[in-house]
Amino acid sequence: MMVDIKDYGDFETAWCPGCGNFSIRKALIQALAESDLAPHQILLVSGIGQAAKTPHYLRCNCFNGLHGRSLPAATGAKLANPELKVITTSGDGCNYGEGGNHFLAALRRNVNLTMLAHDNQIYGLTKGQASPTSMEGMHTKAQPTGVHSYPFNPVAVAVSMHVGFVARGFAGEVEHLAGLIKQALAHPGLSLVDILQPCVSFNKLNTFQWYKERVYKLGEGAEHDPADWDAAIRLSYEFGDRIPIGVIYTNDRPAFDSYFPVLNKGPLATQEVDYGVMEKVLESYC
Amino acid sequence: MSQGSMNLMIGGEAGQGLVTIGQVLAKALVKSGYHILVTQDYMSRVRGGHNTFTIRFSPQDLDSPCEGLDLLVALNQETLARHAKELNAGAVVLADTGLSCGQTPCLNVPYEDLADKRYLNTVALGVAASLLKLDLELVAQTLETAIGKKKGDKVVEENRQALEKASQWAAGQEHGLKPPAPEKEPDKRMMLGGNQAIALGALAGGLKFVAFYPMTPSTAIALTVIAHAEQMGVVYEQAEDEIAAVNMALGASYAGAPALVCTSGGGYALMTEGVSLAGMTETPLVIALAMRPGPATGLPTRTEQGDLLFALHGGHGEFPRAILTPGSVKQCFAAGYRALHLAEKYQTPVFILTDQFLADSLRALTPFDLSGLTPVRPGGGGASGGDYRRYAITGDGISPRRLPGMGPELVIADSDEHDQEGHITEDLELRVRMNDKRLAKQKGLRAEVEPPVFVGPEAADTLLVSWGSSQGPVAEAARRLGEEGQSVATCHFSQVWPLVPDQFAERFKKAGQVVVIEGNATGQFAGLLRKEAGIQAQRFIGRYDGLNLTPEYILRQLAS
Repeated sequence: MMVDIKDYGDFETAWCPGCGNFSIRKALIQALAESDLAPHQILLVSGIGQAAKTPHYLRCNCFNGLHGRSLPAATGAKLANPELKVITTSGDGCNYGEGGNHFLAALRRNVNLTMLAHDNQIYGLTKGQASPTSMEGMHTKAQPTGVHSYPFNPVAVAVSMHVGFVARGFAGEVEHLAGLIKQALAHPGLSLVDILQPCVSFNKLNTFQWYKERVYKLGEGAEHDPADWDAAIRLSYEFGDRIPIGVIYTNDRPAFDSYFPVLNKGPLATQEVDYGVMEKVLESYC
Repeated sequence: MSQGSMNLMIGGEAGQGLVTIGQVLAKALVKSGYHILVTQDYMSRVRGGHNTFTIRFSPQDLDSPCEGLDLLVALNQETLARHAKELNAGAVVLADTGLSCGQTPCLNVPYEDLADKRYLNTVALGVAASLLKLDLELVAQTLETAIGKKKGDKVVEENRQALEKASQWAAGQEHGLKPPAPEKEPDKRMMLGGNQAIALGALAGGLKFVAFYPMTPSTAIALTVIAHAEQMGVVYEQAEDEIAAVNMALGASYAGAPALVCTSGGGYALMTEGVSLAGMTETPLVIALAMRPGPATGLPTRTEQGDLLFALHGGHGEFPRAILTPGSVKQCFAAGYRALHLAEKYQTPVFILTDQFLADSLRALTPFDLSGLTPVRPGGGGASGGDYRRYAITGDGISPRRLPGMGPELVIADSDEHDQEGHITEDLELRVRMNDKRLAKQKGLRAEVEPPVFVGPEAADTLLVSWGSSQGPVAEAARRLGEEGQSVATCHFSQVWPLVPDQFAERFKKAGQVVVIEGNATGQFAGLLRKEAGIQAQRFIGRYDGLNLTPEYILRQLAS
């Protein structure tokens, strides 16, 4: 079976012209096609926000759930059907704010799913309030004296938790981003791709130009061994005049799913209830 | 003696092993041919405090716990101080020689002479078992199974020695305790609590996924599933919080694993957005909600029926649901099984509403008959045709459910209002049609409501109405009144939502007076009867001191 990018369809979107989401969608579809994953084999799980509308804009199975809750829903789906390729697509507010506790737990749990975090450092859909990754000093209507909270660093947190695949991408580098997503999809455990993305409507600080001037690709004259945790930690804190994009850290920690032998037998929905065993279970209470 | 039964209580501090010996004694009673009804009262702490484990036993089946003690095993002074006033005439009290019994006649057990103080609880077990004429070998074997050790192990041998010495000592005592004779040649029986029965019922219904955050008194539902997970092919996870638990369950259910979450009021409060999501995405979900007294943290280990309206209204927006309220451990099994099937068929949340009393109440039960049971088969419903639409508008509101990844059809689920395919929409005319489609499922749910069960005369002077765990105490109170020649009937609701007045309203009108009895302060079910059926009960008896209803409590209230 050869999957073509056309298989993922064309959709009218509710995104602003020039939004980084268009490039992320393009990179995602390219990665899916190159991974030979057909629409019915994948499940996109999202929360709420502009990024979280992504599953509606390509042909796929879709669970567009609650704000902040994409990771637990994706976890449940993957643990019910290990054959599904499960991907979450949500923004920085959804993943790191409303869903912060789930993010930390997901890093520890290491379920085999891919987390695409559309990180534009602002709340877009609610029209321009600070997000957990907004830089200190950014002014918004909700933070008129500037953001005073220190920005959350998802990449550093993920590396510190020894997540098996941690990468940072940039929506302005579609080919490079598609490559990162493809590698993330192939990783047998939790894979995080934090994707820097301009918000043309509300983030006047971290613009396309702002990112463009700062990002540089790992591996192109900036050698980095993703298996080197100490180096990965240092890189994860580089977010200023220069911002590295690429694979920051990898390891081969076993996925959470691998501890359930029942999942080796395929989707739970296909497995019969054995009433002979059930009788023995009841017997154990006699 | 209480109504042909005997009531014994073990009281002491947390950490003294009273639950262990209570469970062993209860199990030994079951194996000896008795029916049991266990009530557990404990404080929210790991060590210290004051806890009790009460077993009512009888050769006949029992509906309810009762007040008045025939045997009190006091492991500390506080037990004597609190419970001496509850002793029936001729009751026996077992107390360490070091405890001061005051005016209470006690059998003073020389615990430290009989065994090392680590085995104090075993000595108490041995003396109590001996007084109840239980077979010592049976008790010893039951204890060994409970502690998970085999004969030959040092701990086992020391426990056996303690039991034997205790039994020898007891044999030489005058006490006058006369336990009722057990049933001869009893059937093999299980010993089960409400939580365990819900879990087993759900497993029998095809449960494949459970997610939970530990919360008293619900945790044992998940723990029971987990204990059998590998055998039964179930995947489980202790989530980071209740929000995660319910969203995991919804993800799993969407992907084809029949799923359950268990919690209590506070955890359910966190789950309510997920309950609403289940309603909107039409994802089957079973919520086992074991109530404890609120508001907020309330009395974490005590009982109450205070969350009926919260179960009914939790979750924003309007969507169909069902609320099952089993009245006994046996009904808990049936509710676990049935909830899974209802949730799958109507693609909506279904509640199993219990409370600490029922959750922790152990009973003797004939093993459930599994013949004729079938597991839930997710994703089977409805014809989709070539052009699959997850939320196709149908007459009964039930749309064809397919499972993602199990076929070429794409399954779109959305928490936003959506079109028939599942995609986000702001077409307001379509919104109305989709909302109507979801609510149309109520018709089917109403047609499947388990009718309330009436016992007693058709046009009784007094009709005692109960739901959930109040069933037993109300049944026994009515029986006692009937024995006094009063005209009393009972009506128990093992499902409180949907409420179908056609099933009961006529008979309510025939009663002289309707008395609603429930474990809360405001009469939540009485209010629901008024709102949904136009029935105004003449009286409401509530209890909200954290303890379960008893026949005696009900009789006192009726008389006042």
